Amino acid sequence: MIEPGSPDKGPAAPPALVKEHRAAPRRRNLWQLFREEFWAANTFMVTFLAVVLALVAGAIIMIIADPETRATWSYFFARPGDALQASWGLVSEAYANLFKGAIADPDQWNRWFWNMAPWQQALYPISETLQYAAPLALTGLSFAVAFRAGLFSIGAQGQATMGSIAGALAGFLISAPGWLHVPVALLCGLLGGMLWGFLPGWLKAKTGAHEVITTIMLNYIAFHFLTWIVIQKGIQDPSRSDAISSKVDETARLPLLFDPSLRANLGIVLALLATAFVGWMLKRSTFGFELRAVGANPDAARTAGMSVAATIILVMTLAGGLAGLGGATMVLGTAYALTPSVVGTIGFDGILVALLGRARPWGVLAAALLFGALQAGGNRMQSFSGISLELVGVIQALIAIFVAAPALVKAIVRLRESRTGGAAELAKG
Amino acid sequence: MRGITKRFGDLVANDHIDLIVEPGEIHALLGENGAGKSTLMNVLYGLLQPDEGEILVDGSPLKLKGPADAIRAGIGMVHQHFMLVPVFTVAENVILGAEPTQGGPIGRLSLDQARREVIEVSERYGLPVDPDAVVEDLPVGVQQRVEIIKALTRDAELLILDEPTAVLTPQETDDLLEVMRGLKESGKSIVFISHKLREVKAVADLITVIRRGKVVGTAEPSAAPSELAEMMVGRSVILTVSKEPARPADPVLSVSELVVADDREHRAVAGVDLEVRAGEVLGIAGVQGNGQTELVEAIMGLRKVMGGRITLQGIDITTMSTRETLDAGVGYIPEDRSVDGLVKEFTVAENLVLDAYRRAPYGGRIALNLGGIAASAREKISEYDIRVQSHEQPISALSGGNQQKVIVAREMSRPLKLLVAAQPTRGVDVGSIEFIHNRVIAERDAGAAVLVVSSELDEVLALADRVAVMYRGRILATVAPDTPRDKLGLLMAGVHD
Repeated sequence: MIEPGSPDKGPAAPPALVKEHRAAPRRRNLWQLFREEFWAANTFMVTFLAVVLALVAGAIIMIIADPETRATWSYFFARPGDALQASWGLVSEAYANLFKGAIADPDQWNRWFWNMAPWQQALYPISETLQYAAPLALTGLSFAVAFRAGLFSIGAQGQATMGSIAGALAGFLISAPGWLHVPVALLCGLLGGMLWGFLPGWLKAKTGAHEVITTIMLNYIAFHFLTWIVIQKGIQDPSRSDAISSKVDETARLPLLFDPSLRANLGIVLALLATAFVGWMLKRSTFGFELRAVGANPDAARTAGMSVAATIILVMTLAGGLAGLGGATMVLGTAYALTPSVVGTIGFDGILVALLGRARPWGVLAAALLFGALQAGGNRMQSFSGISLELVGVIQALIAIFVAAPALVKAIVRLRESRTGGAAELAKG
Repeated sequence: MRGITKRFGDLVANDHIDLIVEPGEIHALLGENGAGKSTLMNVLYGLLQPDEGEILVDGSPLKLKGPADAIRAGIGMVHQHFMLVPVFTVAENVILGAEPTQGGPIGRLSLDQARREVIEVSERYGLPVDPDAVVEDLPVGVQQRVEIIKALTRDAELLILDEPTAVLTPQETDDLLEVMRGLKESGKSIVFISHKLREVKAVADLITVIRRGKVVGTAEPSAAPSELAEMMVGRSVILTVSKEPARPADPVLSVSELVVADDREHRAVAGVDLEVRAGEVLGIAGVQGNGQTELVEAIMGLRKVMGGRITLQGIDITTMSTRETLDAGVGYIPEDRSVDGLVKEFTVAENLVLDAYRRAPYGGRIALNLGGIAASAREKISEYDIRVQSHEQPISALSGGNQQKVIVAREMSRPLKLLVAAQPTRGVDVGSIEFIHNRVIAERDAGAAVLVVSSELDEVLALADRVAVMYRGRILATVAPDTPRDKLGLLMAGVHD
């Protein structure tokens, strides 16, 4: 609709307005431009504010949930200082612990500096964050890839489950030297997830069955298959009576990145590689071009000679593979044995991660790191401040809600409408 | 309605339209798809607000903020796509939005009263329907009757029927025309939108023809079909394309006894034979909806062929996929660029390689060559005079004419044996039309066979070396482009001597 310089256009208002916008920023300096764009309703700002707002809401929940703090509010009008002080103390300590558990504890760094503690202590929070983030990034990428192809795949949970089963079986049923065992086990995890992604893709392409329904159902099947298989003879740990499998061989465990006492493992490297791969694929590969075209306009894709059915099957298989890899890294990297809850809820959390990352590969990785950090920090918050770990789940959910409802964030913080021209100007310098 | 103007962006859908409907009159609005009929009616029904002009009911001006206002003013509308809840019964659907209740606004739903109303209205106007039938079980014709009853129970004095016959079988169509006559006798006014001449002539009291958002004239139903057809496809703009006489060589495309079904499984193409030779343009003329779309889609491998054969330079392409057909040297300008021709989220550069991204220099089996794509995009933008700021701009920021040029540039920048151009200049400004026409002729002169399908008679006549007139899924006749227009008009109306 905007077509500057075209002589055959009527006296329509929009082009004139745009010209004004384009011309205006040139007179401002870079800092002013930055400040303006920062407070405008762009994607970054909305995402950032969603996180802040979720933390604020989390703080309110903490205050309400804590009996002692709540009690100080009952005489707020008599002595407001008490209530404010107690609330501030509670919230600031909790979030300080969240930070210390997720990124760095200054005490530990200090002690390490003065040779009072080993460096592992200082690096522990980061290691935990990376360890939690890796599978989330993979399931997040899984959802994002399908989403870019116009598919709403809820199946990462089941795909990750199948990946963890296949990876674990390869981990303790096969014996091989370490350089071979790890790749074979990961490959099995990948294939297990791919199978679970292929099925809904194939059903959608051949029969039109909606992927939301089929992936949810396959999630159930995968979950119950897992609970069944862990108690089968030859799978279950012979020394245990509960539902847990044998441990995967030492040779199949993902190498740890830093130190035996730190859990960060090869998984985060895989996540990084997968992010780079998906980024490359979406932007620079022939298949990525087809994927995006099918996602944005299947009719035009078909008319341009692309096979929509084949693309859907391939995309779902690929998405399944990514999630399967995520499940495999959990069992081969940290859990080392199958249990019914071995993959936790990484499949569903992956949807939130992808949403927060706007279905863009590097955005997904960043969101996974954030969610990993919340998870790692939440553990410390629970043990040091006595704030239940569930609060982290609430905060994650609130972030997702705020991201999904940008209008809400804009209304709360009263952001200006973004000047689309401004961002481009800023990017060019 | 007086001086109604409605714009969408830089497209003027209605350009100062005047329309007067008398009580007890069936007023037909005749025009091609996209002429602006539905837009005008949506304005009248309050779904769209006009940019200019006013609506008068019984002489007093009316401000319609929404359909509720229109209903209150006695205007009812039956949409092309029914607005019914499929799992509700007829009676429930009829009262939807104005539910009669007992005991205040949140009282018990009075379904008995609704049933009585349905029975009463259906008897009074001769619209038999079972009030307890579930709508999704009913045939389309009866569902439409439910829509009409719904409007009548709201005391509509003016009924708008938007392409009511598009979804009906011939028998249902006849029934509907009968119903319309009955309604007219009981004093209702009807605006009947259609592009089918036969029905309009059969039922209308007055016909207003709309073309490209403007009223081109009114006619009595006694007017000759050829005259009406001519008004619809127009001759106001005189398009001239300077071209040398064609030098046809060997046949490139041959179609024999082709049968193709439309989405409703009716035979839209019922035995078409045609041949296009290298170095000539075959134009297909005809009122829309006579099988042209299905014919083109069958050639491109986008629609299944039920019978017959399509060959390209002797090679059978009847069952080839779209990709194989494109790779065999066929270029395709689809009828509806925003649906089939472009991905609006993509950049100009990406749309320029939408069906060529796997070919050098744009890419290979695995990876794209972004540099090659950008370089060729810059080249094509200047060669085809596409007005953009940068090839990285999203295609949706371009005007219709420039979007169409992107498609033309894409399809014509590889060696073609056959070019299939469906409505190549629909919704395109005059400057771009000329440019695109010259490109089509250049393609012909370079030795390609060209098949042009257009509902604009002028366009067909300007481009074609031979004109095939299509009517009800068949080629009625193939004539020279200098055939008198009245004769063409007769052919387009299905009259063949």
